[in-house]
Amino acid sequence: MAIELRGVSLRVGAERYIYETTLALEPGQFNILLGTTLSGKTTLMRLMAGLEKPTAGEIWAGGENVTGVAVQKRSVAMVYQAFINYPSFSIYDNIASPLRVAGLSKAEIDRQVRRFADLLQLTPMLNRVPSELSGGQQQRTALARALVKGAELVLLDEPLANLDYKLREELRDELPKLFADTGATVVYATSEPLEALMLGGHTATLKEGRVVQFGPTSKIYRHPETLESAEVFSDPPVNTASISKRGTRAFLSEAVSWELPAGVRDLADGEYRIALRPHHLQPAGDGVEVEGEVQIAEISGSESIVRVNVAGNNWVSEARGIHSYEYGQRANFHFDPARCFYFDAAEKLIAT
Amino acid sequence: MNKTSNPKAWWFVVPVLALVAFNAFIPLMTVVNYAFQETFGDNVFFWEGTTWFEQVLRSDRFHAALGRQLLFTGMILAIELPLGIAVALSMPRKGPWVSVCLVLMALPLLIPWNVVGAMWNIFALPDIGLLGHMLNSMGFDYNFTRQPVSAWMTTVVMDVWHWTSLIVLLCYAGLSSIPDAYYQAAHIDGASRWAVFRYIQLPKMKRVLTIAILLRFMDSFMIYTEPFVLTGGGPGNTTTFLSIDLVKIALGQFDLGPAAAMSLIYFLVVLLICWAFYTLMMRGEEQ
Amino acid sequence: MARIEFKQVRHAYPPPPGQPPVYALKEVDQVWEDGGAYALLGPSGCGKTTLLNTISGLLTPSEGTILFDDVEVTRLPTVQRQIAQVFQFPVVYDTMTVYDNLAFPLRNRGIAEDRVRARVEEIAAMLDLTDRLRQRAAGLTADGKQKISLGRGLVREDVNAILFDEPLTVIDPHLKWQLRSKLKELHQQIGVTMIYVTHDQVEALTFADRVVVMYDGAVVQVGTPVELFSQPNHTFVGYFIGSPGMNVLPCELDHGRPVFHGLPVDTRHPASGDLGGKLEIGVRPEFVHFADRGIPVQIEKVEDLGRYQVVTALHGSDTIKMVVGEDERVPSENPQIAFDPEYTRIYHDDWVVGGQAS
Repeated sequence: MAIELRGVSLRVGAERYIYETTLALEPGQFNILLGTTLSGKTTLMRLMAGLEKPTAGEIWAGGENVTGVAVQKRSVAMVYQAFINYPSFSIYDNIASPLRVAGLSKAEIDRQVRRFADLLQLTPMLNRVPSELSGGQQQRTALARALVKGAELVLLDEPLANLDYKLREELRDELPKLFADTGATVVYATSEPLEALMLGGHTATLKEGRVVQFGPTSKIYRHPETLESAEVFSDPPVNTASISKRGTRAFLSEAVSWELPAGVRDLADGEYRIALRPHHLQPAGDGVEVEGEVQIAEISGSESIVRVNVAGNNWVSEARGIHSYEYGQRANFHFDPARCFYFDAAEKLIAT
Repeated sequence: MNKTSNPKAWWFVVPVLALVAFNAFIPLMTVVNYAFQETFGDNVFFWEGTTWFEQVLRSDRFHAALGRQLLFTGMILAIELPLGIAVALSMPRKGPWVSVCLVLMALPLLIPWNVVGAMWNIFALPDIGLLGHMLNSMGFDYNFTRQPVSAWMTTVVMDVWHWTSLIVLLCYAGLSSIPDAYYQAAHIDGASRWAVFRYIQLPKMKRVLTIAILLRFMDSFMIYTEPFVLTGGGPGNTTTFLSIDLVKIALGQFDLGPAAAMSLIYFLVVLLICWAFYTLMMRGEEQ
Repeated sequence: MARIEFKQVRHAYPPPPGQPPVYALKEVDQVWEDGGAYALLGPSGCGKTTLLNTISGLLTPSEGTILFDDVEVTRLPTVQRQIAQVFQFPVVYDTMTVYDNLAFPLRNRGIAEDRVRARVEEIAAMLDLTDRLRQRAAGLTADGKQKISLGRGLVREDVNAILFDEPLTVIDPHLKWQLRSKLKELHQQIGVTMIYVTHDQVEALTFADRVVVMYDGAVVQVGTPVELFSQPNHTFVGYFIGSPGMNVLPCELDHGRPVFHGLPVDTRHPASGDLGGKLEIGVRPEFVHFADRGIPVQIEKVEDLGRYQVVTALHGSDTIKMVVGEDERVPSENPQIAFDPEYTRIYHDDWVVGGQAS
C-alpha cells in the first residue's frame, strides 16, 4: 500500500515542527528517514501513522484520503527505540495480542504466533516475560508483534539504537528479509548514515523538519542535490570548504588550486562551496595535495580517522591503513578533484 | 497527541456530575445562602448581607480558635516533616525488610480516624490507660482531661503517630527514584553524609515534599475527628480547633448564619494559603 | 598516577541457597600500566562493568588481589583509592552551578579556595565549559552534563585512574565523535591512566592504546587495536571487532594445511599436524579478494556503503563476506575468491593455532 504525503506540515503553537512535505513512499522496500535527533523523523512518522493530525496538507494511503483518520482505524504497526512490550504478558501473549484484538480463532493465532516466533528466533522464550529477556530479544518480540499484525504500514523508529553494536549489525541484516514478503510499506528512521546505506531502499534526508532530498539511497549518497543533503548523509562529517573560481581553476588557498571539471568550468567566476567525503581524502595518493595541521588521529582496526585543519577548515580524513600523527604535526593529504561535489551560491549541486 | 474525540463519552460523565452536584456543589451553595441570610426556621429567610462575616471576623472566639489552629498546624508540620524524612532515609531500599517496613508504615494510615481518637483516648487515660498510668507512675502529673498542656501534647503526639507515615511513604517513593549512580558518584567525590543529603536526596525529593506539605497542611488545618474524640475540645476550649468550634456554633447553638460565614472564611483561608504555597514552590522549581 | 595490578581476581554474586556460585568474573590477571589508555570491550553481560567496579572499589571481588603501585587495595573503600568514575548517565548536582559542581570534590577534601578556583578554571578550559561556569548545572544538555561529570574526575590532581562506564550512551550520535576525540585529547594532555568500558568497538579501538576484549566473564585477548584486528587469538575477537566481523568457515586439516570443502587454502600460519575437535578458518572480509583461480562462489548481494562495498558470497551453505573498494567492479561471470595468506588463520576449538599475538 503506497503512502503519500501531499503538502503536509505541522505547526504547534508558534513552532513549525514539519515544513511542507510531499513524499510518495512505495511498498515492498525500506523507506529510510535519515536525520539527526530533533530533525523531525519521529514527528513525520507519527503523522503518517495518524497519531498526529497535520495542520495543513493531506495524507493518502492506498489511494484513499486518510488525513485525520484515527490510528486505531488505520492498518499501522510501530516499533520504538525503547523496547515496548506488554510487561505482564508472556512473549506468546505479546505476539498474539494484535491477533486477539482482530478476533482470530485460537488455532489460527497459535499458528501465526509460532511462525513469527520461529522467524525471529524467539521460540524457546515464548513462556517468559519481557523483563527476563535481553534487549535484543525484547526488540525481536516487538518486531514479531508488528509483523504478525500484517499491517500495511510499518514504522520503525530507530529500533536498533539501544542495542549492542554487534546485535545491531545482525538485526540490520535480518530486517529487510523479514519484511520483504509482507508487501508492507516500511518506514525506518535512523540517525546513522551507514545504517541507511546498509538497508538500501529509498532515503529521505531530513534537517530541522524539512525533507531535503528523497530518492534511491545510493543515488542520494552519490548525488546530493544540496550541500545540506551531503552534510546529513555523512558520518564522519563531510569536508566542506569555500573555493574561489578564477578562469578554469579553483583556488582553495593561494597555494592550492586545481583544474575544474566540465560543468563548473563554464560558470561565472566567484565563490563556490565544495564538499569532499572523508574517505576521499587520503595521506597518500595522486591528485591535489594539501598541507594541514593534524589535530588528532584515531586508529580503528584497519583504518585511521585523522582530523586535520586544512586552510582554516576542520577536515577529516578516513585513511586506509594505520597512520599515527603527533598533535600539531603538519602533514600532506591528497584528493581527486573529480570526487568533490561543487555547489553554487544557493548550495545546489552543480552537475559535473 | 491528538486524542480522538467521541461526543458519546460525555454521557459517561453525567452520573458523576450528578453525584458531585448533589454531594458537594449544592451543599456549598446552601452554606453560601445561609452565610448571607438569617433564618429562624420554616424556611423563612431574612437578608443580612455581610453582617455575619463582620461578626465572625471581629469575634474573639474566632480569633482564639484560629490562633489555636495555626499553632497546632505549625507544630505538626515542624515535627512530622523532619521526622518523616529521617524515617524515610533510614528505611532499607533493598532486601527482605523493605516490605515489612512499608507495611508497618502503612498501618497507622489504615485506621478509621475516630478509632484513632478513641484508641488514644483510652491509651492516655490517667488511671487505666497504659500511657497515662505509666507516665503518672513515673512521677509526671499527667491528666489530659484536666490539664491543657497535657491535652495539647497528647493531641499532637496522636497526630504525629497517625500521619507521619504518610510523609515517610511519600519521601520513600521520592528516594527510590534516585539511581544508584548518584550515590556512587558522590562517594567517589568524597561527599559527606550531610552533603549527600543536601545535594542529592533533598533536591530529588522536592516534588514529593511539596505534595506532602500541602496535604499535611490542609488535613491538619481542617482536623476534626481525632481531637474531638480524644478531648472533645477540652479541657474547656483549650483544644477547640477551628472546625470543632465551627460545629459547636452550627449544631450546638444552631447559629447557622455565623457558622456558615465562618465556614466560608475558613474555606477561603485554606485556599489562599495553599495557593500561595504552591505558587512559591512551583516558581522555585521552574528556575 | 598508579600502576594497577589484578592478581587472580574472580567475582561471584551470592547465589540462591543450595546453588553453586555463578562467576561474573572468571580469573582476571591483568596489569594496567601507569598513564595508559585502556578499553574494556565486550557484549552486554560479559563482566566489564563488574571489572570496572572492582577497580573503583564500588565492588569488592570475592577472590583475588588488587594492587595500586604494589599496595594492596582490594578492600580499601572508594574514597581512599583516588579514583574518578564517569557513569553512563550524567551525574550532576542539579542545585549547584557548573563551577560548584567542578569544585565539589576539591572542597570536600578541604582544599584552599584559591587553589580550587585555579583548578576549576583550568579544567573548564580543557572541556570548553568556561562560559558556562556560572550557569545552573541542571540547564545543560546531555553532553554538557557528561563533561561536568568528567570534569569532576579530572579536577582532582591526585587521581590514580579515571574510569569510564559507557559514557557516550546518552550523547546524541552526531556529537559522539566530538566527545570521543575530546577524551583522547585529554588523555594525551594529562597522561592519567584511563580505562574505558564499552560495547562499541569503534569507540574502543579509537580511544585506547590497548584493548581488553572480554567475553562471558573472561579476558579473551589484550592487544593494540592493530593486533586485535589483524591477529585475533579467538574467534570471538574476530567476530566482535570489525564491521562486518571475521569470516569463520569450517575446514579440515591436511598435514596441517587447511582445506575448505575440498579446496586447499593457502596460509602462512599452518598447524603443526592434524588436530581433532572443531576446526575453522578465520579471515577478515578485508583480506578476501576476487581472483582468477580460487574458491568458486555465488554473489548473494552487494551493498554500497560509500567508502567500500560489502559483498556477500555463498559457497554451498557457507557465507563469506568481502570488503572491496568503492570503485572495484564485482565480477558477474563465475566469480572466484581467494584469501590473503598472511591474514588467514586456523582456529582450533575457537582458539588460534600456530603463533598467538601476545
